[in-house]
Amino acid sequence: MERAGCIEMIYPELGDKLVVTIMGACAQELYNLGHCDNFFYLQHAMGLASSIGLGLAMHLPRDRVIVLDGDGSVLMNLGTFVTLARYRPKNLIHVVFDNGSLLSTGGFDSQTASGLTDIAAIARGAGIEHVAAVSTTTEFGEAFVEALERDDLSVIVAKVAAVGPEHYGMDLQLPENAFRFKRWIAERKRAAERPT
Amino acid sequence: MTVSYENSKIIFDGIKAAGIRSISALPETWLGLLLQRAEDDPDIQLVQVAKEEEAIGIAAGAYLAGTPHVLLMQNHGFFGAINGIVSLAQLYHIPLCMLIAFRGHWGEPYPWHTRGGIVTEGVVRALGIPFEYAREPDKVAKQIREAWTFSQSSLSPVALLLTRDLMES
Repeated sequence: MERAGCIEMIYPELGDKLVVTIMGACAQELYNLGHCDNFFYLQHAMGLASSIGLGLAMHLPRDRVIVLDGDGSVLMNLGTFVTLARYRPKNLIHVVFDNGSLLSTGGFDSQTASGLTDIAAIARGAGIEHVAAVSTTTEFGEAFVEALERDDLSVIVAKVAAVGPEHYGMDLQLPENAFRFKRWIAERKRAAERPT
Repeated sequence: MTVSYENSKIIFDGIKAAGIRSISALPETWLGLLLQRAEDDPDIQLVQVAKEEEAIGIAAGAYLAGTPHVLLMQNHGFFGAINGIVSLAQLYHIPLCMLIAFRGHWGEPYPWHTRGGIVTEGVVRALGIPFEYAREPDKVAKQIREAWTFSQSSLSPVALLLTRDLMES
């Protein structure tokens, strides 16, 4: 299973959701499908994508938030799982693409490469009830649909191959991404408050 | 010395008067009475983190969501959050209003706080974070309001350093 295929599969579902990605390949693969202003690419600060997602989910309880994380990033902020478990935002889906590799920085093995470290088990141990561990595209699709239908915090750990896009680059400055993302949320809130 | 009940109340009231509706924090002694008030207040959403760098992400999420938010942390927690402050907040022009317990300076009896206290101002300056010291209870509400306003207009992290004069009695 490749991450790009997983992202392509869920892309049609993302139009009305807030999406936060980690840096590098994950961000690029989503961007390559067509940027939307409700996508925020965290191109640095590894580990904090899920914390941004938690902040969004807690303060926008009527919106769905999707975090596209990776093993290298989440290993830098394992504490995020305990905070997610504690506040259990019903509107957050935390996807961790586990390729066992620090792919975007040279392809060194991450601590999950040997199979010794199990991110799904860590999430469960932190107290998150709905954790799916998947390794085929079909399983990923099913887990994502279940998470969308479930009104509860969901974590999906997806074992993927350590491959990324051939080219990197976005026609989008980093602050511009934040400004447009914030404006998309503000306009959506205004539209929701407008009488129909 | 004990944590000032009166001044903790003044600071909490100042936070609320500034229009803040959400607080992220990691509990520490000087902030304990403040956090108790936040926990008991139905108008305030309190998010307790496991490590302060998480709070930078949560604060960014609150800002993007349009909810006025402040971060409460100790200066040592601030050190642990620096990559998030630089590579999320400053890089993306996301404001942070940080109220930081300034431990380890004049009058500090505990050796473990002293190194952090000695370097705090230098680190804050090196990061280009605008800051002020809060020392007097009758000025702190205005300082919180102004810190909040400046964070939003400058799209920058700002720090209000809560001193021993203010926090202990």
